[in-house]
Amino acid sequence: MSLHYQDNILNVHSVESFGTHDGPGIRMVVFLQGCKLKCQYCHNPDTIDTHGGEEYHIQDLVQMALKVKPYFGKKGGVTVSGGEPLLQSKALIPFFKRLKEEGIHTNIDTNGRILNHFTEELLDSYADLVMLDIKHMTEEGFEALTGVKNKETTFNFAKHREASGKPMWLRYVLIPGITNKPELLQALGEYFQNYKTIEKIELQPYHKLGIHKWEALGWEYELKDARENTEEEIDDAVRVLQNYFKEVKVN
Amino acid sequence: METKSLKGGIWTKQVNVRDFVLQNITPYHGTDQFLVGPSERTLKLWDVCKQAIQEERQHNGVRSVDTDTISTISAFNAGYIDRENEVIVGLQTDELLKRTMKPFGGFKVVQKALSEHDLQPSEVLTELFSKYVKTHNDGVFDAYNAEIKKYRSLGFLTGLPDNYARGRIIGDYRRVALYGINYLIETKKADLANINGPMTDAVIRLREEVAEQIRALKDMIVLGAKYDLDLSRPAETAKEAVQWTYMAYLAAVKEQDGAAMSLGNVSTFLDIYIQNDLEEGLITEQEAQEYIDQFVMKLRVVRHLRMGAYDEIFAGDPTWVTEAIGGMFEDGRTKVTKTSFRFLNTLYNLGPSPEPNMTILWSDDLPQNFKDFCSKVAIDTSSIQFENDALMRKSRGSDDYGIACCVSHQTIGKSIQFFGARTNLAKTLLLAINEGRCEITGTQMVDGIAPLEGEYLDFETVMANFKVAMKQVARVYNDSMNIIHYMHDKYYYEKAQMALIDTNPSINIAYGIAGLSIVADSLSAIKYAKVKPIRNEEGLTVDFKIEGEFPCYGNDDDRVDALAANAVADFNNELKQLAVYKDAEPTLSVLTITSNVVYGKKTGATPDGRAKGVPFAPGANPMHGRDSKGAIASLNSVAKINYEDSQDGISNTFSIVPKSLGHNEETRIENLTTILDGYFSKGAHHVNINVLNKETLIDAMEHPEEYPQLTIRVSGYAVNFVRLTKEQQLEVITRSFHESM
Repeated sequence: MSLHYQDNILNVHSVESFGTHDGPGIRMVVFLQGCKLKCQYCHNPDTIDTHGGEEYHIQDLVQMALKVKPYFGKKGGVTVSGGEPLLQSKALIPFFKRLKEEGIHTNIDTNGRILNHFTEELLDSYADLVMLDIKHMTEEGFEALTGVKNKETTFNFAKHREASGKPMWLRYVLIPGITNKPELLQALGEYFQNYKTIEKIELQPYHKLGIHKWEALGWEYELKDARENTEEEIDDAVRVLQNYFKEVKVN
Repeated sequence: METKSLKGGIWTKQVNVRDFVLQNITPYHGTDQFLVGPSERTLKLWDVCKQAIQEERQHNGVRSVDTDTISTISAFNAGYIDRENEVIVGLQTDELLKRTMKPFGGFKVVQKALSEHDLQPSEVLTELFSKYVKTHNDGVFDAYNAEIKKYRSLGFLTGLPDNYARGRIIGDYRRVALYGINYLIETKKADLANINGPMTDAVIRLREEVAEQIRALKDMIVLGAKYDLDLSRPAETAKEAVQWTYMAYLAAVKEQDGAAMSLGNVSTFLDIYIQNDLEEGLITEQEAQEYIDQFVMKLRVVRHLRMGAYDEIFAGDPTWVTEAIGGMFEDGRTKVTKTSFRFLNTLYNLGPSPEPNMTILWSDDLPQNFKDFCSKVAIDTSSIQFENDALMRKSRGSDDYGIACCVSHQTIGKSIQFFGARTNLAKTLLLAINEGRCEITGTQMVDGIAPLEGEYLDFETVMANFKVAMKQVARVYNDSMNIIHYMHDKYYYEKAQMALIDTNPSINIAYGIAGLSIVADSLSAIKYAKVKPIRNEEGLTVDFKIEGEFPCYGNDDDRVDALAANAVADFNNELKQLAVYKDAEPTLSVLTITSNVVYGKKTGATPDGRAKGVPFAPGANPMHGRDSKGAIASLNSVAKINYEDSQDGISNTFSIVPKSLGHNEETRIENLTTILDGYFSKGAHHVNINVLNKETLIDAMEHPEEYPQLTIRVSGYAVNFVRLTKEQQLEVITRSFHESM
């Protein structure tokens, strides 16, 4: 199983029945296998390889969601994360369509690197929420962190979501000296301050909990020298972003 | 209380506390904002208790013991913690935390317990009990046959109440407050007069029992007088209602040392008196809370004399003063009152504690504010548990019930239970693949199971053998229970508690099983993977080689969850075929207390890959580490066990780290409430909630003196973590702590 995705089949890394940090309320989180980026801080590096994972028929995933639905309450639902879920947009369309028929809230956790007619249909018709990961505000920074070029793709994705008028959250990983710098945070705020669809921005302070996974894969962890934020550095970042966003949350 | 301010009803014409509550309750839908902190007097008293509890811990769990006196309802003079600050009075003895001998359950047990502290009973008592007086324990062993003894000693049946008091019976302690004891004596006398011939065994026995009850009631009046309380008349104020109710409970724990002696559901009853006195301007909220704080403090210092071995099955010196809080009436109104909040508030005013074992009767219809407050308390204290009120009300047909012991429904004042400990279902499964022989000793336990053929275990054959084994184990189990309860009635009848229950109540026998997840995963391995038994020269299994993968219980996977549910149904059906002493109705629980450790020790390697001697998961929990799809999938697997097949209760212990429950307090409360709503909507029966970091527990193991009140829920009750043995502490720490991020 590789890039030739099949209809009604999703290539899944794992399923978590009790997600509390991947969107509103209690959520079933489907971690999809495969991502075209290789972010230096990725805490799920085992989801990057587009080969691997386990094939799930969307009907089985819908059944799993239905079993968990009583725990969603008024806010919860299903989040697809990864990996990069939009690599499998075509199969996500019928999956989300079924979830919507069952009255289940849907959410996509994405880096926004793909915008084709499948993703547009998915976004415009079936995704109640998008959590868009902003990696870096400069092209050099973006490339250094993710290993790929052209940060504008993500911003175009944001523009599309904004135009659709449907809710979006931003996510931003705070790394001291790399992404957590006042001028970068200001640039982030200024760029998005007039967006009406952004309900909040979530800051994810960098942590090293994923390192052992890199080692297990036999990969070099390039961010070894990066350190975790101090409380103060987190507070400072929050203060800057509060000038631009309705809600700033630290995960 | 002025009866004119109360609404009358059936309760004024006959003993019927439920009707009194139904007519006079003030349901409360508000928030916890009205609650107040502890009074100065309460704090002073609690300081004395904390000091005494610390001394108790330093003295190997026993601060002092009376070795001369047999504890009865009125045997001891009044005792106080600090008289001038005590608003609610009464201790089991004349001294705080002093333990007493209650030798009618078994004198040898008393001797053993004392000898572990270099003490012995007085010479007079030793002579009496070794020559002239017979106990429950003596009676049981006179009647046990060789087969029962074999099942008992090899660990197929464990923790049987044959050398300690069975407990589980809940007196309707509210009756003393509502009616006064004189009226209760009158009604019992009238009952006795109506129990007439022909004088069969059952009729004679009942006449004798009621006569005993009347004697106990009279003795309760004597007990009250020692504290200058006139219990012969009804309580007239809120303070008296709390005091009278406590005195009734105190009488029970002076006379009996049952493993679990629940309180019932007194909070809503007491609220009627408190609400009345508040409305009349007789007391303030501070005083209302003070009554409850001090009442609860007394419940926290209830003690029994136990021997060390008892700790294996009931770790941490529990008393199970279980109080059921909340729930709904059949008419759709909630039973939540301000005093429900006040009880929970004691966990803040006095700090976390395992006792009383506060149990929230959860229903979707509970007031949202109460639900959220319960979630907050669970998150802050890890001291409370939750049970499905809607499920129990419907299935058991009563809305005025308490929780006996850990998780078991009991209609207050109208029914009782015979406690049945539990059988080892994992070991029973091993009989099926060892020709009916004990896998450790080779002793023949069950006949009619042929040797297995072929290199790999065949699912259908193993299942058929398992059913044969279950039938025989159920038979022996039932035999032992009948003997035990016959003898307990004969030698150690619970006269004080039974005096506060209707004459001739309905009875259910509370059987139990341990090792459910091991059975489910073993059957799953045999069915979905290939399992090759490794046998020693005697042909007994010593290990299993598993080829391939199999679904594990705890992942919301019907293939294996159905195996768990069916094992419970099958064993329950076997038990249902067997007649029980006093025509008790058979019910089953999936509940281990802390015996999952000792049961594991006595069980060889199992086909799921568990090695010999490794602890079972507690209660109905999935085996630690095998639930890989997250917390909700794990809860859903447990929820599939049908309550109708296990009406004595299905215990699940859920541990989660705070961060995983939500990123801040508000979200954690919201998420926990949502989880509980979801879990119980699935028909689940029970859940313990622990919200703790594993690191806290590890630190508490290393520095117990810094965590005197650290409380953690285990199967169906709560314990002071530092009072567990090292082995049990380690077992708790290795359990699944859900920590998805």
